[in-house]
Amino acid sequence: MTKSARVLSILSSLAVLGVISGPAAAADSPTLARIKSNGAITIGHREASIPFSYLGPDQKPIGFSLDLCAAIVERIKAETGLPSLKVNYVPVNSSNRIPLIQSGTVDIECGGTANDRKRQEQVSFSVATFVSQPRWLVKADSGLKTAGDLKGKTVVVTQGSNAVGFAQGVNAKEQLGFNIVQAKDHAESFLMLNTGRAAAFMEDDILLAGLKAAAPNPDALIFLPEGYAKIYYGLMFTKGDTGFKALVDDVLSKQMASGQFEKTYAKWFTRPIPPKNENLAFPLTVELTERIAHPSDAVD
Amino acid sequence: MFAVLLEQTADGQRYIDWLVSGLGWTLALAFFGWWIAFAVGVIVGIGRTVQNRAVAALARLYVEIFRNIPVLVQMFLWYFVLPEILPISLGNAIKQIPPPWGSFFPALVCLGLYTAARIAEQVRAGIEALPKGQVEAASALGLSGYLTYRHVIVPQALRLIIPSLTSEVMGIYKNTSVALTIGLMELTAQARQISEATFQTFTAFGAATLVYLALALIAYQGMALIDRAVRIPGTGRAEDAAKPAATHAAQQVGSLPDAMEVVK
Repeated sequence: MTKSARVLSILSSLAVLGVISGPAAAADSPTLARIKSNGAITIGHREASIPFSYLGPDQKPIGFSLDLCAAIVERIKAETGLPSLKVNYVPVNSSNRIPLIQSGTVDIECGGTANDRKRQEQVSFSVATFVSQPRWLVKADSGLKTAGDLKGKTVVVTQGSNAVGFAQGVNAKEQLGFNIVQAKDHAESFLMLNTGRAAAFMEDDILLAGLKAAAPNPDALIFLPEGYAKIYYGLMFTKGDTGFKALVDDVLSKQMASGQFEKTYAKWFTRPIPPKNENLAFPLTVELTERIAHPSDAVD
Repeated sequence: MFAVLLEQTADGQRYIDWLVSGLGWTLALAFFGWWIAFAVGVIVGIGRTVQNRAVAALARLYVEIFRNIPVLVQMFLWYFVLPEILPISLGNAIKQIPPPWGSFFPALVCLGLYTAARIAEQVRAGIEALPKGQVEAASALGLSGYLTYRHVIVPQALRLIIPSLTSEVMGIYKNTSVALTIGLMELTAQARQISEATFQTFTAFGAATLVYLALALIAYQGMALIDRAVRIPGTGRAEDAAKPAATHAAQQVGSLPDAMEVVK
């Protein structure tokens, strides 16, 4: 190679670098590199996290988070130059979702997963897509009015959810002495409440609202007034994949800025949704409005 | 790798304490479930072989039902469905059993009856494996049907099937993990709990795997001891054929009056 040729090659490589140093270069994102080499993206979804991510009437995954992910898939198609990118759906539950992200089985989890510091040591999250609070759901005819009434009763939480720790904390702090049972998933926790095995079910308010709306008789269930911490949800992917995170956050931030995000929100939270055309009637909260104005993945 | 197990949990214990408590439930479920399974299994297994058509049909129905429904589904039926089809007051009483007993008893009944169906089939096989001459000899001695079963057939059949019962012992303690689906915090559930709290999935399940493996080996050794103790002389395995003297001696003991031993 002559001297001038070497200078040329350096110059041309610089030029190439300049062209592809966008927000997400596939070169510096292991996830994008994997998607590209497989020619497919694998989306993790939940089966009963209404309205974020659940199985619709035809047993296909639908929901708010999956709509957000659809926009991300479109962007990835453009980034990777694979218009015919295949999308694989893998059902995940609250216990296996993090291991499946870590092992690379799932590229991005489009569920209703809370972002917290402990989890950030294992995985990364997008900017917040929702804000919720853990609350108690009880039967209306149980006569329970406040969390204090749960003294000595049996309450249910879902194995592997944040509520396990919250319920234990509330129990210890307020000296309520209730028994905590743990069911396998939200559907089963809800069944425990409905069949009278447990007097109350603690979970994030929106998930409870979803289960309540889908119940045969939604009015038979009520929330207790107490709400606990603020919980920020996000889409979840491999830890430390800055390139991929930049792409996902960019798609979400643009949707939030353009008003598209709020349209999607209204579709799932304030209008009738499948499978039973129930309306969750869960309008935008102050906290989420703030996050739409200033997208952020910060947690309290 | 297992250092995390010694860390403090949110409720002031160590993670290893969670595993130990899970192990306790696993062992309790397997131990008591086994005795239910063995008692019911022997009775149903005998029922499969009797002359009485009605009894044999009932025993067969039992085996077909409990053996052919997956244990996970049975667990669900016992826990969620049974209280709903019983009279309301009784159903509510069952639902009010405080945890963890409210999960433990349905799991115990479920595992006991499911495993009983499998044991029943082995008892039947053991009885059918005996030479016909055994029954004929018992009749010749004037033993009634009951006495024939009680003193001739069942003792021999049970001694024959000990090796295959070993796998049922292992099966019942492995199936205890299904109880996590109805909220019993046994070993696997606690491993899940630890992996949720620490996100050290491989550590949590690795520890649980080692415990299950240790249990399997202990169960196997225990059954092997029982097998050696009660084996019918002369039905030894090939490796024992190398030492026929032992079985020979066993046959000799008590089979001859002392005086004759001396004469020999």
